[in-house]
Amino acid sequence: METFLQIYNETYKILLLLVPILISVALIVWFDRRVWGFVQKRKGPNVVGPFGLFQTLADALKYIFKEIIIPASANKIVFILAPIITMTLALSAWAVIPLSDKMVIADINVGILYIFAISSLSVYGIIMGGWASNSKYPFLGAIRSAAQMVSYEVSIGIIIINVLLCVGSLNLKDIVMAQQNLWFVVPLFPMFVVFFISALAETNRPPFDLPEAEAELVAGYQTEYSGMMYAMFWLGEYANILLLCALGSILFLGGWLSPVDIYPLNAIPGIFWMIFKILILFFMFALIKAIVPRYRYDQLMRLGWKIFLPFSLIYVVLTASFLVYFDLLPK
Amino acid sequence: MKLNRFFKIIFLSEFIKGIFIAIKEIFSKKKTINYPFEKGKISPRFRGEHALRRYPNGEERCIACKLCEAVCPAQAITIENEERSDGSRKTTRYDIDMLKCIYCGLCEESCPVDAIVQGPNFEFSTETREELYYNKEKLLENGDRWESVLAENIKLDKPYR
Repeated sequence: METFLQIYNETYKILLLLVPILISVALIVWFDRRVWGFVQKRKGPNVVGPFGLFQTLADALKYIFKEIIIPASANKIVFILAPIITMTLALSAWAVIPLSDKMVIADINVGILYIFAISSLSVYGIIMGGWASNSKYPFLGAIRSAAQMVSYEVSIGIIIINVLLCVGSLNLKDIVMAQQNLWFVVPLFPMFVVFFISALAETNRPPFDLPEAEAELVAGYQTEYSGMMYAMFWLGEYANILLLCALGSILFLGGWLSPVDIYPLNAIPGIFWMIFKILILFFMFALIKAIVPRYRYDQLMRLGWKIFLPFSLIYVVLTASFLVYFDLLPK
Repeated sequence: MKLNRFFKIIFLSEFIKGIFIAIKEIFSKKKTINYPFEKGKISPRFRGEHALRRYPNGEERCIACKLCEAVCPAQAITIENEERSDGSRKTTRYDIDMLKCIYCGLCEESCPVDAIVQGPNFEFSTETREELYYNKEKLLENGDRWESVLAENIKLDKPYR
């Protein structure tokens, strides 16, 4: 009976997080398209529901009723598994994200490592999808995507080391609480920019959307997917984008803390600040999508390995020596 | 010069400029027309659905000269004619195959009495092909329905003919 109650409690907590995330993914897709349209002097989706808010739900309904086509030469099990893995991993990383000082499912002391491990795993979904399709464009798209995600994960890792040097803990809550006096975006501003650009590459957003470069690769690793399986890839992708926005706001923008610790601002519940920061970061994601052309593959690799990696390494040395010299290392 | 470029790249100046332009565009007036609810302006010369016009006294304008049939590059028009009891030559059959028609406007231009015209209506899609084989009754009905607009358009376009 006790175990049953515990399982019930945990499931309840998980559902309480996952359902809002799935809904916000739907809204964020709408927001993305809307911003994209507005920048291009269009109106974007505005027919379904008020301001077109239900557009994504209508799309999802369409996907559900569409036939799932599995190519004859595809490896069936892996082909079906790939979108499931992508979505599951993208959602499971949310377990350690603290939305406010109380709202977190798993308050583990290696939170950032867990997120990093999960987001490294998510490349498997893409590789499996591309390989199992047994077709040339998905395969090329999957290879590109894998190489891209691996290279940019390296620089994200080193950027995170910068933050961890200043915090002295891997717990995401501790990372936020360490920013009570000064958000890390101020002393580590160059790292914030590099983190943002790496996050674009990590989630295959323009200008780094090479895996699905439609001019060359049809739709990359999603080419052979249809119906709900395709929708699951998209869900996973946007959940990942939201995750990286949340991570960015936790690492650099002070998570659920209000900008200044004065009365009317710090009375607002933390979760609102968190959502506000995530939305601001996502708005930047959407803006960038509208204004930049796509990178060439060699440019992408050069940016990752020859510029971001050495730059963030140098910054680690700088941060560490600064902290040691002024005796600011966290105890 | 090279140093200048280096600093431009390091500080992402072009990206930042682009972001500001994008934010400015967000608040600009949108060019979208919500089609079924709003419609764009159509020129008086617009070549849409065909119509056969009548004189104000109700008499058909068409005199069955068959110039339109002859000029039609897609050969979409079929005309048969007979002498009426009062001695005037009138059509007994005037068919346009709207599926063959390429909407070039040559029939309208060749007509000496402004009988066959192409009106401003472009929303006449149907569910079967048969409905798009227009006969004389359908064309005359179109003419009656759109007459005010058609007359206005012809008047507006007169100085340029």
